Amino acid sequence: MAARKAAAAPNVSAEELLTYYRDMLLIRRFEEKAGQLYGMGLIGGFCHLYIGQEAVVVGLEAAAEEGDKRITSYRDHGHMLACGMDPNGVMAELTGREGGYSKGKGGSMHMFSREKHFYGGHGIVGAQVPLGAGLAFADKYKGNGRVTFTYFGDGAANQGQVYETFNMAALWDLPVVFVIENNQYAMGTAQKRSTSTPELYTRGAAFGIKGEIVDGMDVLAVKAAGEKAVKHCRSGKGPYILEIKTYRYRGHSMSDPAKYRTREEVQKMREERDPIDHVREMLLTGKHASEEDLKAIDKEIKKIVGDSADFARNSPEPALEELWTDIYADAPTEGAV
Amino acid sequence: MPRMTMIEALRDAMDVKLAQDPSVLVFGEDVGYFGGVFRCTAGLQAKHGEERVFDTPINESAIVGMAVGMAAQGMRPCVEVQFADYVFPAYDQITQEAARLRHRSNEMFTCPLVVRMPTGGGIFGGQTHSQSPEALFTHVAGLKVVIPSTPYDAKGLLIAAIEDPDPVIFLEPKRLYNGPFYGDHSGKSVGWAKHPAGEVPEGHYAIEIGKADVRRPGSDVTILAYGTMVYIAEAAVEQSGIDAEIIDLRSLLPLDLETIKASVEKTGRCVVVHEATRTSGFGGELIAEVQEACFWHLKSPLQRVTGWDAPYPHATEWDYFPGPDRVIRALHKAMED
Repeated sequence: MAARKAAAAPNVSAEELLTYYRDMLLIRRFEEKAGQLYGMGLIGGFCHLYIGQEAVVVGLEAAAEEGDKRITSYRDHGHMLACGMDPNGVMAELTGREGGYSKGKGGSMHMFSREKHFYGGHGIVGAQVPLGAGLAFADKYKGNGRVTFTYFGDGAANQGQVYETFNMAALWDLPVVFVIENNQYAMGTAQKRSTSTPELYTRGAAFGIKGEIVDGMDVLAVKAAGEKAVKHCRSGKGPYILEIKTYRYRGHSMSDPAKYRTREEVQKMREERDPIDHVREMLLTGKHASEEDLKAIDKEIKKIVGDSADFARNSPEPALEELWTDIYADAPTEGAV
Repeated sequence: MPRMTMIEALRDAMDVKLAQDPSVLVFGEDVGYFGGVFRCTAGLQAKHGEERVFDTPINESAIVGMAVGMAAQGMRPCVEVQFADYVFPAYDQITQEAARLRHRSNEMFTCPLVVRMPTGGGIFGGQTHSQSPEALFTHVAGLKVVIPSTPYDAKGLLIAAIEDPDPVIFLEPKRLYNGPFYGDHSGKSVGWAKHPAGEVPEGHYAIEIGKADVRRPGSDVTILAYGTMVYIAEAAVEQSGIDAEIIDLRSLLPLDLETIKASVEKTGRCVVVHEATRTSGFGGELIAEVQEACFWHLKSPLQRVTGWDAPYPHATEWDYFPGPDRVIRALHKAMED
């Protein structure tokens, strides 16, 4: 990715830019806090931070409408915050507490929200992709005009079931946007070491699925591509692929020694392509906000994140009996149509 | 009362549910236009439409994965895996997505899904068309595992499975599709037309999942069997004259331990019979359960008759297949002490 020129003032309102700034900053500060809590031993196990990739989910959520669905892999905290889930509930799930979205039964990789149409949080690479097409199938069957954002990474893009799903989604014109978040490393394996054709947006060509590459460090570019993709899906033309080039600043998970890339590479990306700095510059150069305004937002976000950490620490541990709940239904249920 | 083969009874169950509940969908390889490799879905597409009964590509993983997504939206997918031997690519979706969605989402999303598959041998299918993989599913909390042995049970259990709020693995003993099988592979097969269990009521009825059926009351020894082995046990009892009580488990998970316990407490002896390979087979679990529940009632060591620990053979199928002779030997052994 080439270094971005000084931010021009595009045709976008101050209000909109401030929303993106706030939403991306919330994800970043939340993730930084999660990293701290992990270091303190309050979060155990696996924790995959989204820092650096914030523009992807915030841009696409700006293109989504009420009732649209989203499903993703294990690097999921950003998606949950971007679709409006409560930071307290997310953080408390990370710490494995009763106040977490899954009452501590899911953990970092496995959280859900019926209210926000967030279908998880899935820990197996690529396994959520057919589920996403299934969600889209159900929407098409119900005829409700909804679209499903099915996120997966550049690593998952080599999984067989992704192509099984592409075929079916195209065959049945399912309203699904396949979002390939290409952060260029499948855990510790650079794309060039694992992938014959780096142009992942072309991977749908064999199935007749249109795809395009998007600058994932530019929230406006993501939003514009998202709107195009959603329009395509909603008009009944079937699936659409967005390969969103992005970058994660932190390791794959908390235990990643990051020996597979140079410190300079990460540093360069942070300095030249940071998605939050990008919006910040636009806000300041376009005189949409003052340094003071942005400081006030920083303070507000800091409080939300601090409160979520407090909530996550103070929420009680789940009762042992939870182990035996929600394995099977207690009573029969009705079909949804 | 109408008489049906197991194939017709299964078809009738799907027909009843498709007519009753618009959230029910039936799909899989060759299921729609062609009507299924064993004809279980013949005519259903013509009657209920291509939108509800349809063909899929040959992609077990994504078939089940999409069904999980549909089910998470409240649909009631009833999918066919053409042979149980083909289920392995879908094992990840079944065990890690379908079975656990309810628990890890704290019941926010559930998975009312049925995966039907013809199971077992006796049709000269060789090692990839004869296997009995039930133990791979009984090992997974969150699944139910059902295996009928009569047309009557097949219809009632399949209706119950489709109505069940949790994922059900529905194993269909393919050797029984057209008639009972008493182990005489060279003799003329007898169809369901003359068997009392071939009488199948019209319309809706459900058999509770988790209830075993005492197929033959007896006082000397208890035989625990399911699927094709119920008839092999009947043949063994008839040929040996031993007054065995034959229990058709019908549901392996949940297991009807009450019925098993009552019988073994009465007889004090027990023989477990299944087609699947011996080591880590479901028989091991049955024996452990009986030992824990009935130890002080036992008069002799528990016996197991199973397939051998070898790939399912082609030429030597009838040496592998646990026929009446081997069951009789086990019965005599159980009666020794």
